[in-house]
Amino acid sequence: MSETVDALAARFRPGDRVKVRRAFPPGHLRTPWYIRGRAGEIERLCGAFANPEELAYNRPGLPRQPLYRVRFRQAELWPDYTGRPGDTIEIEIYQHWLEPEEATA
Amino acid sequence: MSALHDHDHPHRPDEEDGPPDYYRQLEVAVRELLLEKGVFGAEDLRRQIEKMDAVEIGRGGQMVARAWLDPDFKARALADGSAACRELGLEVGALKLVVVENRPGLHNLVVCTLCSCYPRPLLGLPPDWYKSRAYRSRAVREPRAVLAEFGTPIPDDVEVRVHDSTADMRYLVLPERPAGTEGWDEARLAALVSRDSMIGVARVSTPQ
Repeated sequence: MSETVDALAARFRPGDRVKVRRAFPPGHLRTPWYIRGRAGEIERLCGAFANPEELAYNRPGLPRQPLYRVRFRQAELWPDYTGRPGDTIEIEIYQHWLEPEEATA
Repeated sequence: MSALHDHDHPHRPDEEDGPPDYYRQLEVAVRELLLEKGVFGAEDLRRQIEKMDAVEIGRGGQMVARAWLDPDFKARALADGSAACRELGLEVGALKLVVVENRPGLHNLVVCTLCSCYPRPLLGLPPDWYKSRAYRSRAVREPRAVLAEFGTPIPDDVEVRVHDSTADMRYLVLPERPAGTEGWDEARLAALVSRDSMIGVARVSTPQ
């Protein structure tokens, strides 16, 4: 199978506003608890990677999921954040954990 | 008890003093099975451990020094860190490297809140504190307090950007080049770059 057909197409582009799904499925997850349900902005597309939630159970993890770096504002993650308003955090999130922000507003 | 050791201060228990926990038992069982079935030999195992332990931070320092000296290389490293490693002849295997640049107004800090993801082919094994629950939880929650405890207070007008290394990428901070290093060659600059500065908990110090 060629690289182009075993990976899902990227839905998002840098600058797009997205929201992380607020979901709590069991299993091996690479989406930290603290970021679920939060809104941020696509910083870059990192490529497409086998889904770790499948790999953890010795399955192939195909089709590969686009992986993004998403930038969040710290002040929106932690209500009592003591740093500066401009502080940010960037996290890698797989596409199946993301939806457009406006669709969930 | 020998005469040389005739005192009663408490000794810290050795790791082996308690019963092995679940994961230790699992590791021993899998390792012994692999050896017994001849998947690899004891010498292969020893050599691989030695190889992992032998990676020195100098490889990361070489990347940083080259980026300081060559703006075109720096641009390529920021665009594709892994390709930049290969350009320097560094064997990094499947490492997907993202280089993040400190500059006036921006300070980067790397953590892996889920486990201990770390750019091992460039920096070797992570320090124990990097794997500690305290660092992993506090670096995202109160990065400025953590940085201050490392002796790296960040001014209010500088953005702190934390990189949570949760998936397939690994991160290397490109620290700011210190003053007083004008005219230095690559090897001399590389030797100045500390491990902690490439994780983002320190700056590269100005040489004395």
